[in-house]
Order: sequence, then structure tokens, then C-alpha cells
Amino acid sequence: MNNKADSEIVGKVPASGPAKSSITLKVNGMEKRLEVAPWTTLLDLLREYLDLTGTKKGCDHGQCGACTVLVDGRRVNSCLTLAIMKDGAEVVTIEGLAEGDALHPLQQAFIEHDAFQCGYCTPGQICSAVGLMNEGRAKTADEIRELMSGNICRCGAYPNILAAVQEVMQASAGRAKQ
Amino acid sequence: MNNFSYTRAGDVSTAVSEIARDNEAKFIAGGTNLIDLMKENVARPSRLIDITRLPFDKIEETEDGGLRIGALVTNTDVAYDEQVEKRYPLISEAILAGASPQLRNMATTGGNLMQRTRCYYFYDTATPCNKREPGTACSAINGFNRIHAILGASEYCIATHPSDMCVALAALEATVRVTGKDGERAIPFAEFHRLPGDAPQTDTNLRADEIITAVDLPAKGFAENYTYLKVRDRASYAFALVSVAAALEMDGSAIKEARLALGGVAHKPWRDAEAEAMLNGKEASKENFQKAAEAILRDAKGFGHNDFKIELAKRAVVRALRQASAMGEMGKRYDDKLHRTADKPR
Repeated sequence: MNNKADSEIVGKVPASGPAKSSITLKVNGMEKRLEVAPWTTLLDLLREYLDLTGTKKGCDHGQCGACTVLVDGRRVNSCLTLAIMKDGAEVVTIEGLAEGDALHPLQQAFIEHDAFQCGYCTPGQICSAVGLMNEGRAKTADEIRELMSGNICRCGAYPNILAAVQEVMQASAGRAKQ
Repeated sequence: MNNFSYTRAGDVSTAVSEIARDNEAKFIAGGTNLIDLMKENVARPSRLIDITRLPFDKIEETEDGGLRIGALVTNTDVAYDEQVEKRYPLISEAILAGASPQLRNMATTGGNLMQRTRCYYFYDTATPCNKREPGTACSAINGFNRIHAILGASEYCIATHPSDMCVALAALEATVRVTGKDGERAIPFAEFHRLPGDAPQTDTNLRADEIITAVDLPAKGFAENYTYLKVRDRASYAFALVSVAAALEMDGSAIKEARLALGGVAHKPWRDAEAEAMLNGKEASKENFQKAAEAILRDAKGFGHNDFKIELAKRAVVRALRQASAMGEMGKRYDDKLHRTADKPR
């Protein structure tokens, strides 16, 4: 931020700022009542207020997908979501996927396929893959690649991410057939 | 991000009166572009009026046999809607060529129309930009302008409109329905976005007190012969360098009616009545496609880094028309396969 913009902001805004509002969110199955400022993103709320630091802040501009969470079952970029607008919504983060000590099949598959190196994009990749499977649009490897393109992996673990997602998808398709 | 206050509009008339009361307030729905601009200090609204609970979330048949897409229907829900897929597949194809699944889950139909350019200088508050700060300068004209306009630009602004969906809507001649203080009106798609001229700060002809309620699609959807061809720097999740929406009504091997719109080349989706007329009643041949491509780009002007777009756009037009006209005959699949192979890095 440059100095000019700084001084303009100071000139325009009352020192106290607008009041916080009370919202209710169901986060990983638990109901939370929260006081949020209008500008608090869902990403910052999860990390700073709820201590759910599994969801990562990558670019903070909706370009990398590291912040992907599920809101009412759909994958979204939490960095571009204002928490105040999601009053009443159900949010699932990477912390909410395992059942006790039993990992979510995608978590297990990511480990087995070595689908990460540094791991920073992984929570977003996995939440995105959960969303992908909910949507049911991807069948082929090409379609998985295309519909996972909102998640960037700078380590370049894409082939293994694809293999992990494909395996879980095939297993769940197999179960559905039985 | 600047401080701002927040209200949630319960009905349309409240939304409209609230926006009319405060010229620094903005509507917010999906937020995928606005929140990004706010984080960059490019947009600094005093107040956000949340319109996501307004009743514009449906896709319905219209009386004249078309389809009405509510302004709040997400890009995902439009793209995969059964009626849209069947009757207006060009729109599905265009939407799915843009953004990422996460963003499409958030972004709305109305918001897609209202998104701002992705010109780097517009985003960079340290540089002059007539769109962001009228009366300063256009940094792109003599700067890095690889992604910029080749048609309809002015000395004040050479930014492009970034939408894919809008290119398809332009080709299909959709209508934008809006509500303001003075009631409702319908804006033909071609008149919704404007060229920069000497007022590039104004992207659209939407008035300050108006809200988009729906986009109406006419009955004719060109579902048989269509293509959305997008050329970009990577195979997915990138804005168009050039895109082409081609929609044809065929009569055997002849073209009965042609629609052609270009994206990534101008301040709005670019159509050219003359180029389209040249195709009507003609054989679907490479020669005729080439003539139409030359026509639609006859006034194209590059600014250095983006000179390549002129030839690229011509080739994209020819290819899109070839793909669209060949559908159902030699088969779209064949052409898609060729396309995919060409996209692969060597």
C-alpha cells in the first residue's frame, strides 16, 4: 500500500470502524457463534479465530486454491469469501474430513501415492477433490486434471495427485456398483 | 482492505434505494472479483450491500420460448443446467472455459457481467490508469500490453473485458434485465458493455442505481452448430488471449445464419455485423471463413506486445467456424481431439 492510499483511508474512515456482527456457522459439524468484522474473510476466520490452521493462505487472491474449503458441500476459495455473508452456512475444512483416527480415503490416498512434497497446497487439494467427487462431473484423467486446475502445486506433484484422486474415485464408483 | 460497513438487502427495492443513497456503496454477490479488487485497494467501497438473499436464483422459461437466468445463479449452476446444456451449449462451454471450479461455484451471472478488466496496470495502484483514476494516463499503451485490446481501444484505455460467458451471451444476443429507481428495463447485450472512449472508468451502461436481476436468452440457441474456442497461455485456468464464440445455423453445407463474437480483444465482446453477413448464405468453406476473419479484424491495431493477437484471432475465427460447421458431420469429437493434441506441451 502506498502512502497516498494510506492517507486517503485515514481521512475517510472513523477510527473505530463499523461494528462487528454476530454470525453462526457450523464448522466441521460444530455450531459456532462468532463476532466478525465485515471484512473478515472465511479464511482468516478459520485460521485466526478458530485456530483451524489446516486451511492455508497461499496467494490470498483466489488464484492458487490453497484456501479451498467446502461451504454447504461445495468447494470455494475461502480467501474470497466474506464470513459475514455466510451466516448459517455449513463449512468443512481439512480438519473435518477424518473420522476420529480414520483418515478420509482421499487423505489416505494422498499419503499412499506420495501426492505432495512440501504439503502447503495439500489441504486445498484434498478439499477440492472432495468437492470434485461431490460434483460427479469428472470421469477421465483429463477431466480430473481440468476440474482440479484451480489448485496449484508448485512442487509439481500433479501426477501423484491425479493418481490419488483417480484411485479414490474408482473405489467409490466400485462401491456404488455393488 | 479499506474499512467498510455491511448490510444485507432483504428485497430489490431496498437494494436499489440503498445503492442510490450512497455513491460509494457497492453490491456484492459472489465477490470473486470485488473482494480481490478490495484487497488490492483498487475498489474501496464505503459499504457493501449483500444481495445474495434476493430472489434471483432461478432459471426459468420465458413466455417467448427463451430462458431467463436469474442474476444470482452461479456460473456452475448455469453451465450444468439441463436446459442450458441442451439448448444453449455454447454458454456451458464458454463458462467452463473460464476460472476454476471453486470460482465458478461462487461467481454469479450478474457478477460475471460486472467484473472488471484484469489489466495489470488497473490492478497496480502505484501506476497511472485512466480506468482506476480518470485523468491520469494509460500505462499499458506504452507498457507491457501483451494481453491488451486490438479492437475498439482508445488513447485513454486499451483494457479488455475478461469474461468468457459474456462472449457467448453476445453471440446469442441475450438481454440484460435490470431494475432501478425508475423501474425495470431490458438492455440488449450489445449495449450493456461499452467501449472505453474518453471515459474508460465506466465499463457498462448500467446506471448507478440499477441492479441486474436476470439475463434473458432468446429462443434460438444454436445448439446444433457452435464452438467456444479459447486460446490462452496455459491449458486451463487462464484468461483468454483470444477467444471466439461461433454459432451457426446450417442448411446442409451452407450457412443460413452466422454469429461470431470475439473475447480477449476489446473492452467488450466484439461483434461485427458485416463479417457475419458475409457468411450468411455462403458455403461453409475455409475460404469463406478466412474472408470473415479478415473482415472482423480489418480495423485491428496492435500496441507492440499484443501484435500477435491479430493473426491469432484470425486463425482462431477460422478454426472456430470450421469446428462449429463440422459438428454432426465429420464430428466435433474429431476436431476436439485435434485441438487437445495441439494444446499439449511438447
